[in-house]
This record gives sequence, structure tokens and C-alpha cells, in this order.
Amino acid sequence: MTMQIRPILAALRRHKMATLLIVLQIALTLAVVSNALFIVKTRVLHLSRPTGTDEAHLFVIKNGWIGQPDVPHIDAQMRADLVTLRSLPGVHNAFASEAYPMQEGGGGLVRIKHQVAQTTKAQLALSYFADEHALDTFGTALVAGRNFRADEIVSLGPYDASRPAVIIITRDLAHKLFPDGAAVGQRVYLSDDGPSTIIGMVDRLQGSYAGSSTRSIDEDTVLVPARYASSDDGASYAGGTVYLVRAQPGQLAAVLRAAPAALVAQNRMRVISPEDGVVTLEQARTKAYATDRGVAIMMGAVCVLLLLATAGGIVGLSSFWVGQRRRSIGVRRALGATRGDILRYFQTENALIVGIGVVLGVALGIAANLSLMTHYELPRMPLWVLGVGALLLWLLGQLAVFGPARSAAAVPPVEATRSV
Amino acid sequence: MFADYLDLALRSFRRSKALTALVVLLMGCGVATCMVTFAVFRATAADPIPWKSNQLFVPQIDNFGPAQNWKGEPPNLLSYTDATVLLHARQARRQVLIYGSKWTVMPGDAQHLPSSQEGDAVSHDFFAMFDVPFRYGGGWSASDDDQRAAVVVISSALNQKLFGGADSVGREINLDTHAYRIVGVLDNWNPSPRFFDVSSTWYPFSHPRQLYLPFSRAIDLQKAASTNFYCSTNSVDPYLPNWDSILHSECAWIAAWVELPTRADVERYRGWLHNYAAEQQRVGRFAWPPNVRLSDVGQWLDVMKVVPKASALSMIVSASFLLICLVNVVGLMLARFMRRAPEIGVRRALGASRGAIYRQFLVEAAAIGLAGGVLGLLLTALGMAGIGHVFEPEIARLATLDASLLLLTVLVAVAASLVAALYPTWRAAQVQPAWQLKSNG
Repeated sequence: MTMQIRPILAALRRHKMATLLIVLQIALTLAVVSNALFIVKTRVLHLSRPTGTDEAHLFVIKNGWIGQPDVPHIDAQMRADLVTLRSLPGVHNAFASEAYPMQEGGGGLVRIKHQVAQTTKAQLALSYFADEHALDTFGTALVAGRNFRADEIVSLGPYDASRPAVIIITRDLAHKLFPDGAAVGQRVYLSDDGPSTIIGMVDRLQGSYAGSSTRSIDEDTVLVPARYASSDDGASYAGGTVYLVRAQPGQLAAVLRAAPAALVAQNRMRVISPEDGVVTLEQARTKAYATDRGVAIMMGAVCVLLLLATAGGIVGLSSFWVGQRRRSIGVRRALGATRGDILRYFQTENALIVGIGVVLGVALGIAANLSLMTHYELPRMPLWVLGVGALLLWLLGQLAVFGPARSAAAVPPVEATRSV
Repeated sequence: MFADYLDLALRSFRRSKALTALVVLLMGCGVATCMVTFAVFRATAADPIPWKSNQLFVPQIDNFGPAQNWKGEPPNLLSYTDATVLLHARQARRQVLIYGSKWTVMPGDAQHLPSSQEGDAVSHDFFAMFDVPFRYGGGWSASDDDQRAAVVVISSALNQKLFGGADSVGREINLDTHAYRIVGVLDNWNPSPRFFDVSSTWYPFSHPRQLYLPFSRAIDLQKAASTNFYCSTNSVDPYLPNWDSILHSECAWIAAWVELPTRADVERYRGWLHNYAAEQQRVGRFAWPPNVRLSDVGQWLDVMKVVPKASALSMIVSASFLLICLVNVVGLMLARFMRRAPEIGVRRALGASRGAIYRQFLVEAAAIGLAGGVLGLLLTALGMAGIGHVFEPEIARLATLDASLLLLTVLVAVAASLVAALYPTWRAAQVQPAWQLKSNG
């Protein structure tokens, strides 16, 4: 093997441009493919995150109120609606909130402090209004502490400040707030007016922004015990009240139709949009991650095309190369080189060219990743992605050159005597 | 002569079918990927109001202050206090305030269920400022604004739904249990990106709203904003116990636009904004020096980062793809042309000039480019059909395959082929007639 490198280099020196083109192509391909694969990986990881809920059986009804009724009226109506929903055949449980997982907005943003006069940065988290039925509706189990009691659920209007006496938080948030110890039983401040005691901790529950830009706190969720009476159908981003309903297994399709009809039958002074007023969590997932899925598909397709193009390029240039060197191959064969020697010569040559391309491509790939990091807030690409890309290209090169190399090996020694 | 070269090119295609096919395929794929992503990029980065985009400006006033604002930038929206001062100061040719909310349209009969519609509360200059087209009627007057009149302009879609598309001007509709007189019905109007309320909605690629009502009336009705509402970028929103406290708060929730036809107007307005902020500092409302901005439509779309990341990212990736295809094509063309060195040698020996060789091979490259362009067209059409799988429907709907894109596809393919052929052609033209004859004679 080592014996061959010197003649290879000598030969390449005579074909500077063609060599340069393959090297450039390998380098660019590695830079693009590694970055594209990395983007695919981050997007796929992002869109396959679980919400921590019983997604298959959950749906929401987005309910708007007509004519700006006052808070006591809405609260009374919400209680009546919840009774109606929970007593509906096929419904496992239901509760009222102002947002739902994968809504891409809607939920409240809270800042949690250990003390009122805290100088360090408050911990950001996303909140849902909830009641004692919320955990059972989500299908999320407590891992520590207790659930809300019915008497802890307060009525809140749009102009009321939320200062819950008790809250339930996710394990992720608990760990961020109290990295060294148990969070349940601790007191934190959601507002400056008074402390909230953490009474329970759930394993996992995603906030309502997933799919958008709050990635770092998507798992940091606070459940606030309140029925929130949005005064009209426009006071919050989502508008009005969001009923989360969990159907019994096999009953989802039936309940999807029956639940909004039951609410309208109970009271007509509401708006439930026929287009998007009732949404299953599966539909919400499809919508929330549409862009992620799209980008992943697109990048994947480009990678495949790119690798095919590069392989095509190597096949084309190598066969040209072989064609140009038929006579010298014949001379080598006549001087005693075996077919295997010729085959190895071209395989080694390709490995060498791809190797140079890979070195250049690693540098280009890192540079591209750095610029994507600043412009598109992508995370840093781990080096192993480049390693995988390099290995892929190297294998591809060997595979692509195999055909032309075999036809080179098939050149008979007698070729040396021809056309001189 | 040209026909001769074309004939030669076709002969050479026939001789090396695989190599030609590979080059054409590469050009086709590279160009098509670029065109599909460009169609999306073009749609998302378009100028929504090209005849006026350098006359419409968004004023920003920093009422958050350095401790609460985002990296020194003023909020994207105005507080009610600043917005109304700006409206009544009349320092621009036109000024418009906008905020969005949801309204319940009550049906006239008991058979139909109420429906919720998105509406923009706007001041009366809105329609003239953005050249909003009307099918029936028109906007409302300044005095309607002053009298907080119960008037409304509805979209053609809503008019179709409620009145079957008939001229409904003068008729009444019931919104949130109040009666409103319809003064105008819009024609189809869908500026993309939806620039005028992008700072309140964050989402610039949906259809405009169905209802437009006087800003002053919505405020009177205490109609809360369903759109963006924020009071600082890094701390808890203040306690706002009632509507009055919202109006007097330093929370930002109202989008403002001013129309400034000339450069002098722009400078004068900039000065006025600065003076206003300075005045607020002097009276003690702001504890910081004036921090104001005035951005035209293009600048504002940049500030709001309207072009989706996915679109810009895919544009970059597909441009890199085309570049790699081109590098590939350079290599393959080099192979094609050099394989024909003997033929070139003969032609040169028979008296063909270097220029003739250049022309022959560039015509061949252009022909390859044309073939690649045609393939690219087919693949682009295919890609446009599949675009809905990659981009959100609201964005995919905007990307269209029109005549200019078709022409561009072919042009890019031909231009790229010519560029790729430059070096191989130069090498071909360098072939020495005598040497080739000798070694292959």
C-alpha cells in the first residue's frame, strides 16, 4: 500500500484541476451533509418529545363567551359545563384551563423566586390553570406530594392577580428550583404578594408553547389551582375557556362529537368554532411540529441527493481518468502488476483524495455550523457527526470508484503496445 | 455556424450518453431544489406593498427603559398613552393605530350558531394608508372616529358568508350583542406578508382579519386585545385591576403606522419623535434619554424576522446543493471535453481558430444547460406539488409556479452550465493541434 502513494501523488500532480474538483466536492458535501444531518437530528429529537399526557385520548374544546359576561356568571357557567362534560358517557374526566399542550402559545409565563427580595434571576416556567381533576385528565401521575383539593380551587377574573397558596410542579422544574433536595413542601414566590407552597410533583408535563421558541423551559410547568374566567372571547391569546377532556379508551370519536353538542345544548351563548374549536392532542401535535417535520424531510432529501450527486461525480471523473491512463495501465500490467494491484491503486487514490476532501470538509463544516449557530440559534454540532459524515463519504467514494477501478484492472497488458 | 455547433453537440451527446445524462440530471436536480426553495423564500420575503413601502413607517418609543427592554431596543408596540398622543399630534400625512381582538358575530335567526371572528380595531386612515381595496362602500370618516360610531367594514369572505356576496353597505350586523352599521365591504385583500399588524400577531402569513372597527369605539367598549400584550421583557407583568389601569399602564399592545411621503417628512418626524421622548424624560415619565426608532416596511419586516427560519435555512442548503452540483458538472464537463482532445486537435489542424473551439464548446454547454433547465422545470413542478409536506400550509399556499419562475429556472440552468463550462472550454481550446495528431496518428 505505502509503496503506491508516491506514484499516486505524482499522477495527481499531473491532474491538478480534476483532483481539486473532487476534493472541493467532497469538502462541500461533507460540510453540507453533516450540518443537514445534524439539523435533522435536532428536529427529530424535538418533535418526538412526549408531553407526559395521555395524548391518544385527550382533546380540547375552545369555548368563547358571548357579550362580555362578568366573572361570577362565567364561573357559574364553567362549573355547570364541567358537570355536563364529566357526566357525559365515554368521558373519563375533564377540567377547564386557558391553554393546552402543543398549542404553541396560550399558557401563562411565570417567574418563580425563592424570596421576594431576590437579586438573582427568577426561574421562568409555564403555567396551566387546573383543578383537582387536572392530573387525572392529563393522565399524569404524582411522583411526590398530593393533588389539589376541591376547596383550594379559586375563581379568577382577567383583572385578578394570581397568587396561589399551593402549586404542583414538574420534576424538571423542581430540579431547577431545588437541585439539592426535595421540592415538595418548599415555599416559592410566583408574585410578590405571598408565597406558594409546592404540594405535589409530577413526572412530566409539557407547557403549551412546545413547537415554538421556549425550548429550554418546555418541561418546566406549574399547575395553578384556579378556574380562570376570561371575560370575553378575546382576553387571552387563545380566547375564552379551554376545556381539556380525556375520553375513555375507544370512545374518543364519539365524545368528540357529543361533547360540544352537549355544551351548546346546555347554553347557546357561547362560540365553539366549527373549524378549529375542537382539537385532539394528536392534531395539535401534527400542527405544532409541522415545520420541524418539514425541515427534517427537506434536509434528509437534500442529503440523499447530494450523496448521489457526489457518487455520480466520482464515477464520472474516475472513468475519464481510467480512460486517459489506459496506456500507462497497460505498461504497468506488462511490467508485471496484477489486476489486484491496479484495483488497489485506484481505490487508494480515491481514499487519498477523499481524505484530503474530508480534512477540508471538517473545517468547512465547523465554520458552517458556527455561522448557523449565530444566525439561526442552532446548537453546537458534536464532532462525531462530522466523523459519521466523513466515514459515509469515504465508503461512498470507495463504492463509487469500484466500477471504474475494475474496468481499469480489466485493461490487458497488450494495451501498452497500442497506439504508440 | 451556430446550427453546426448544435449539431456537433447533439452528436457528442449521442456518443457519451451516460456522462451527458449525469450532467443533465445534476443540473436539473440542483436547479429544481433551488427554485422550489426560492419560490418559498420569494413569497415570505416579498414586499407586500411595493409602491408605498418606503413611505410607510413604524414608530417605536422606548417606554420600558434600559432595565426592562430587550437588549436596548424599544418595544415593538406602543402603550395607549404614546399611541394616542401620536394619533392626535397629526405630525404625519396619515397615522394609524391598530390592535386585534375577537368579536362574536350573532346570527339574525335562532337556527344559526354564533361565530367568533377576528377583528382589527383601527383608526380611519387605515384604509387610505394601506390602499385597501373596497368592493362596496368605503371606510369611515374622522368624525366617526371622534363620535366612536358603531360602524364596521367587513371582508369579502364574511360578506359572502353573511349576505351571500350581495352589497351589504347600510345593513346591520350584531357584534358582541351590539348593532353595527356596515359602511364598507373589502375586495379580496391579502397582502403577504401581512405586514401591517405583524407586531401584534407574530404570524404574518395568515389571511387578514374579517372585521375592521373604529379604534376609539373598541377602547370605549373595553375590548381587550387578543393580540400581543406585554409590559416588560424580563419581569412580572404589573397588577392591572381594571381597564383604566391598562390604558394608563406602560404596557405595549398597540401597533402604529405613519405615512411620510418625502425624505424631509421622515427626518422631521424622527425629530418630533425624539423631542416627544425628551419631553417625557423632562416631565419625569421616562428616566432615560430618548430611545426611538422609525422603520419603513422593509426594515420593519427585518426587525420582526418575518422570513421563517426554515425558509432561509432551506434556501442556504439548496444553494449549497446547486454549488456542489456545479463543481460536479465542471469535473464531468472537463472529462467530456478532454476525451475529445483528438477531435479538437484535428479541427485545430484543419484551421479552426481558438475562438471557434470556444464557441463550439460553449454552445454545447448551453445545450446541456437547456436540457438541465427543462428537466429542472419538471422537477420544480413536482417539488411545488410536494411543498405542502415541507412548509406550513399558510406558507406553501403563497409559493406559486409562475411565468417568471419558469423563465428563471431555465436561465439559471443555462447560466450555471456556461459558468461550469468556462474552465473545461479553456482547457479544450489549449489543445495543441500538432501534438494531438502526433500521439494519436
